[in-house]
Amino acid sequence: MKISPSKIISLLFFIFSGFYLYTAHQIQVFTFDENAAFNAKTFPIYLGYAGLIFSALYVILPETKPSNVDLKVLDYKKTILLIILMTLYGLTILRAGYFLSTSIFLVLSYVVLGEKKWFWIFILSFPFVAIFMYLLHGLLNIYLRDPFLQFIGIMG
Amino acid sequence: MIEGILIGLETAFSLKNLMMVMIGCFSGTIIGMLPGLGPMTAIALMIPITYGFEPSTGLILMAGVYYGAVFGGSTSSILINAPGIPGTVATSFDGYPMAQQGKAGKALAIAAYSSFAGGTIAAIFLLIAAPSLSKVSLAFRSPDYFGLMILGLTAVSAFSAKGHFLKAMMMVVLGLMLASVGQDTLSDIPRFTFQNMNLSDGISFVLVVMATFAMSEALTIIFKANDPTKVAKQISLSELGSIKLDKAETKKMVSTIPRSSVLGFVIGVLPGAGSTIASFLAYGMERNFVNDEEKQKFGKGSVNGLAAPETANNAACSGSFVPLLTLGIPGSGTTAVMLGALLGFGIQPGPRLYQTNPEIFWSVIMSMYIGMVILLILNLPLIPYIARVLATPRTFLIPLILFFSVTGIYLMSFNNFDIYLMIGIAVVATILRLYDFPMPPLILAFVLGGLMEENLRRSLLISDGSWSFLWDRPLTLIIMLTILLIVGWQIYKSFFKKL
Repeated sequence: MKISPSKIISLLFFIFSGFYLYTAHQIQVFTFDENAAFNAKTFPIYLGYAGLIFSALYVILPETKPSNVDLKVLDYKKTILLIILMTLYGLTILRAGYFLSTSIFLVLSYVVLGEKKWFWIFILSFPFVAIFMYLLHGLLNIYLRDPFLQFIGIMG
Repeated sequence: MIEGILIGLETAFSLKNLMMVMIGCFSGTIIGMLPGLGPMTAIALMIPITYGFEPSTGLILMAGVYYGAVFGGSTSSILINAPGIPGTVATSFDGYPMAQQGKAGKALAIAAYSSFAGGTIAAIFLLIAAPSLSKVSLAFRSPDYFGLMILGLTAVSAFSAKGHFLKAMMMVVLGLMLASVGQDTLSDIPRFTFQNMNLSDGISFVLVVMATFAMSEALTIIFKANDPTKVAKQISLSELGSIKLDKAETKKMVSTIPRSSVLGFVIGVLPGAGSTIASFLAYGMERNFVNDEEKQKFGKGSVNGLAAPETANNAACSGSFVPLLTLGIPGSGTTAVMLGALLGFGIQPGPRLYQTNPEIFWSVIMSMYIGMVILLILNLPLIPYIARVLATPRTFLIPLILFFSVTGIYLMSFNNFDIYLMIGIAVVATILRLYDFPMPPLILAFVLGGLMEENLRRSLLISDGSWSFLWDRPLTLIIMLTILLIVGWQIYKSFFKKL
C-alpha cells in the first residue's frame, strides 16, 4: 500500500498534536485556578483536540485533490547548501560581526547558486553591506554589534 | 466625519508620509513584480523598518507596499505570464495575449487605469462604510468576536485553498498552536517554553511571517528551479509599445469599471474571499455582460477581460480593510500581516480605533487614495524601466531575500536563537507548501490566536463555563450557522459531489 506524502505529513501532524495535547495537560496552573471555567491550559487543550481531529480526518478520508510533486526535479543540493549557509550565518553574526558574516554569506550564496560574474558578486556583497550598514547604523541610528569593525577601528 | 477626513488628509499629506507612500508604492511594485513574491512577502520585508516610525507612518508605508505589490503582480502577469500573486492570475488571461500582440504598453496602461479607478471607487466606499460599520460593531460582544474569528479562519481556509480545506484547517490549528507558545497573558504561566528563556515572550510575529513567506518563498524557488512547469517565459522588455488608449478602448473600460468595482469591494469585505475570488468573479461576470463579438475576444486580448479583474482585485484590496479597521479582524492573509504590525505598534484595531486613534484610521484611508494616484502618475511612465527588475537573475535575488529576512529578525532581537527558529520554521513551511498546505490560514490564525483566546476566556467566564454563549445571542447564532454552512458546503463539495 502506497501512502501519499500529504497523508504522511498529516500523520506527523497527528503525532505532533498528541504531543502538544500531552504538554498542554502538563501546564502548571495556580491552585485557585484549577477548577475555573477557563485557565492557562484550556485553550491549548482544545487546540490539541482540534489538531488530532483534522489530521485524523485527512488520514482516514480519501484524498479528493492529491498533490502531485515530481521529487526528481527538485534541487536538493542547492537548497540544503543554502540552509547550511543560513545556519552558519546565524552562528557567526554575533561573533564575527554583521559586516563580515553578512558579506561572506552573500558571496557564498551567489556562488552556491551558480553565479560567475565576480564583479557583481563583489559589488552586491561587501560594498552593498557597507552601504546598508551605514543606512541602518549611521542614518537610522539602529545599533549593530560588530566586533570585527570595532577591532579594526571603523566602528566605535 | 469631515473633521476625521481633514485629520487624515493632514497626516497623509505631511512630507514624510507622502514620501513613505511613494517609497511603499515603488518598492511594492518591484517586489510584487517578481514571480512568487506577493504583497504578504513585500509587507513582511517592510515590517522591521516600520517599527522605527510612528504608527500612522508605518501603516501608510505598508498600505503603499500593498497596492504597489498588487500592481507589480499585474505587470509580471502581463509581461511574462507569471502572476506574482493569485489575485492577478485572471489578469494574465487577456493581458499576456495583448503583450504577445505587441501591445504590452497598452495592456499595462489598461491595468493601471483600471486599478486606479477600482481602488478609487472602493476607497470612497470605504470612506462611507467604515465609520458606519464601526458604530454597528460597538454592539459586538466577546462571543460574537470569538465567532467572527472562527468564521474568518474557516472562510480563509475554504476560499484560499481550493480543494485543500482540511489541509488549510490543519494550518489554522498549527498557527494557533504557535501563537500559544510563551507566557499566558493573564496569569504569566509559561506554556510550551520547555524552560527555554528565549521562548518565554512567545514567538515573534515578524519571525513567523518572514519564515513562512519571504524565506520559504525563496527556498521554494530554488527547490523548484529545475521544474520545467515553473520556468518563467522571457519577452523583450525593450519594446513595450505605446501606453496610449484610443476612444473605443476607453469606452469599453468606462462600462466595465463601475460594475467590477462594486463586485470587488463587496467580495473584499467578506472574510477570506479577497482579491483572487473577486478578480475571477469579475472576469466571469464581464464575459456575461459583453456582446457576442466581444465575448469571442476573451482570452485573446480583450480590453474588458483585462479591465474587469484588474478593477476588481484593487477594489477588493480596499474592501479587505473594512473588517480590519472596523472589527479588528483581518479578512485575508495580507490584512492579517497588517494587523500583526498594528499590534506591534501597540494599537488594537476595532470599533474604537475610529474614536481613539482617528489620525491612524483616516490617514490609512487617505493614503490609499494617494497611493493610487502615485501608482498612476509615477509607476506607469516608469514601467519600461521598473520592468527590467524581471531580468534580475535568481542567483542574486534569492540570497538578497534571505539576507533581508535574517537581517529583519536579527535587528529585532539580536539573538541567534531567533535566526535558528526562523530557519527551522522556513524549512517546515517549504515542505508544507510543496504539498499544498497553504500558509495564509496559518498567519491569520497566528495573529488571531491571542485575541481568540482572550474572547473565549471572557465568554466562558461570563457563561460560567457553559458553551451556550455560542447560541444565546442571535448575532452569535447567525455567525455560528454561517460557519456550519461553510464547513458543510466544503464537506459536500469534497466528498459527496464526486460520488
